[in-house]
Amino acid sequence: MSMQLNITNKKEKNKTSLIKVLTNYSVPILFLVICLIGVYASKLNSIYILNEIAVRLSRNLFMVLALIIPVIAGMGLNFAIVIGAMAGQIGLIAIKVFDLGGFPGFMMALLFATPFALLFGYGTGLILNKTKGKEMITSLMLGFFANGLYQLVFLTFMGTIIPVDNPEIILSGGVGLKNALDLKLIQYAIDNLVRPNIMGVRIPVVSLLLVVALCFVIKFLVKTKLGQDFRALGQDINIAEVSGIKTDKIRLIAITISTVLAAWGQVIFLQNIGTLNTYNSHEQVGMFAIAALLVGGASVTKATISEAIVGTLLFHTLFIVSPFAGKNLFGDAQIGEYFRSFIAYGVIAVSLVLHAWQKYINAKNREKLE
Amino acid sequence: MKGFWKKITDRYGYPKVFITLFLIILCILAVVQKQNLPGLLKDSLVRVGMNGILVLAMIPSINSGTGLNFGLSLGILCGILAGCISIELNLYGMTAFFVAILISVPFSAAIGYAYGLLLNRVKGDEMTIGTYMGFSIVSLMCIGWLLLPFQSPEMIWAIGGKGLRTTIALADRFAKVTDNFMSFKILGEPVPTGTLLFFALGCLLMWIFLKTKTGVAMMAAGDNPKFATANGINVNKQRIIGSMLSMIIGGIGIIVYAQSFGFFQLYTGPLMMPFMAISAILIGGASAKKANISNVVSGTVLFFALLAISLPVINKMMPEGNLSEVVRIIVTYGVILYALTKVGRDE
Repeated sequence: MSMQLNITNKKEKNKTSLIKVLTNYSVPILFLVICLIGVYASKLNSIYILNEIAVRLSRNLFMVLALIIPVIAGMGLNFAIVIGAMAGQIGLIAIKVFDLGGFPGFMMALLFATPFALLFGYGTGLILNKTKGKEMITSLMLGFFANGLYQLVFLTFMGTIIPVDNPEIILSGGVGLKNALDLKLIQYAIDNLVRPNIMGVRIPVVSLLLVVALCFVIKFLVKTKLGQDFRALGQDINIAEVSGIKTDKIRLIAITISTVLAAWGQVIFLQNIGTLNTYNSHEQVGMFAIAALLVGGASVTKATISEAIVGTLLFHTLFIVSPFAGKNLFGDAQIGEYFRSFIAYGVIAVSLVLHAWQKYINAKNREKLE
Repeated sequence: MKGFWKKITDRYGYPKVFITLFLIILCILAVVQKQNLPGLLKDSLVRVGMNGILVLAMIPSINSGTGLNFGLSLGILCGILAGCISIELNLYGMTAFFVAILISVPFSAAIGYAYGLLLNRVKGDEMTIGTYMGFSIVSLMCIGWLLLPFQSPEMIWAIGGKGLRTTIALADRFAKVTDNFMSFKILGEPVPTGTLLFFALGCLLMWIFLKTKTGVAMMAAGDNPKFATANGINVNKQRIIGSMLSMIIGGIGIIVYAQSFGFFQLYTGPLMMPFMAISAILIGGASAKKANISNVVSGTVLFFALLAISLPVINKMMPEGNLSEVVRIIVTYGVILYALTKVGRDE
């Protein structure tokens, strides 16, 4: 009798823990299922998919990791990482102007991008400090606005105010950058440094090592005094303020770090792609990075490194397979492409709604208690 | 001078003053460049009529307390869908135009109701959520446009015979029907009388609505929700009414826009449209909490005249590249950004 009870108890325990796992990881599990269906429907061979995943993890994960610190610091999803991406592109344009290639060229691009990223990050932080509680919509609009300024500089100032005389990158009229810049001179500069072929999958070891290094840096950073301040701000900005933390300054630091990381992430990304679409490469960076982070189970107030990794893995698997799956299922690759942009926007929308709803319910409960 | 400057910026707000100055400079440049001035005037009027109703759609959402309607693209999608249905029904001219409007209303009302329910659960985050709801539904509708069972050969791809085209020409249907209604010529250029009248009528109806019992209740709910609740007003219901009205007007707005433009833009076309309307009403002096008809009219005139005049003037100065588009981007988002920093300070 008692044994039987024990067994049922155990079963129940198992059941509850399974439910717990399912609810805690509902988003990644849902996407895992969608990905598996997509992989099956795409009829792609596994070596191809694994190769693509290795490449995409190495080139996109850096940017996704750049989002984590602002989330911890309670500033929400930093849509303004597109501004960081612009700084990265400025670095790339600089090495194109000075014609620096290979690994040194790559390092120089990072070097050129950093001061711009610091400056832009600081500016973003100043504006976000003026719009506390509305950081996300502000950073989104700021990204759009900065895109306008970026276009203004590179369409009209290049060749006029900024003297550049290089027919390879300047439009035929002598003013403005061309729409597409060839980055062959640094393409695969770090991807191909060490690239062993393991069972048909070519792994860009150095790029992945950079990502791993960043993971450790973030892990370390969160444990320092600064990291504690970030978390204090994330929990309750008012209490943090009262307990003597200079909240505005900490927020500036958080957003600046994020912007610099985004700049480097963009350089790594374009190093793999090999072409800079001067006026478009940065546009959707924010949306894709944020969607990837959320797919991993992160939210507006909570993001971890493992969520970033899982999210990038799942989201980009979906990216690889969805055009093929769309073609096989509906006879139209376009449907798969629209589906993945719907997923990207949709996952952001749902996550924002859930967060705001939770906040609203909490506020209501507090009101009732009072 | 300094006192005068402070007086006008306090009274009209920085966006309005700066945009007005910019517009004056552009006008002077246009004269210096010997541009076709009556032509520019006509272009400005056409653009004002074309976009006015879309800007008007911001009024109910702002005044009911749901803020600037960043999710207006939902209403715009309803309008486009209704327009496609009217073509599918093989209608022409004014009939097609008004049937499209009639069909759009129930769609927009339903979407607006659902959107209002959503916004009531996410108070305080309407702007971010509206933006991303708009983005995600627009991209979902991209699949919809491919799969919806439309048959009219004018609208579906010639090859494959399935899925709607990215732009649907209205030249044979209802392009310019209100533009040409009662149109007369000033200085040799036709005035889009009908569209301007339609815009004026819309403004008048909105003005009257805001004076009715429902309108007053809606404004009260938006102005001070706690006070309104104390006075027996159901704030959530008023917010739903506001977002329904906003979506309905947005749906009508895009039909008017397409009528004047001559095309429906499907797929990602509506993605960024709400931002233009938002920017226009902010230039008119509205805030995220308060807006009136004069904000709509002055904002629409200033912003769209600016766009219409900057295009030829700037292109003459800088033929390379697309500088006037850059100016549009900077003005649109700069104004929204400025308004957001103001909201932060108010609280």
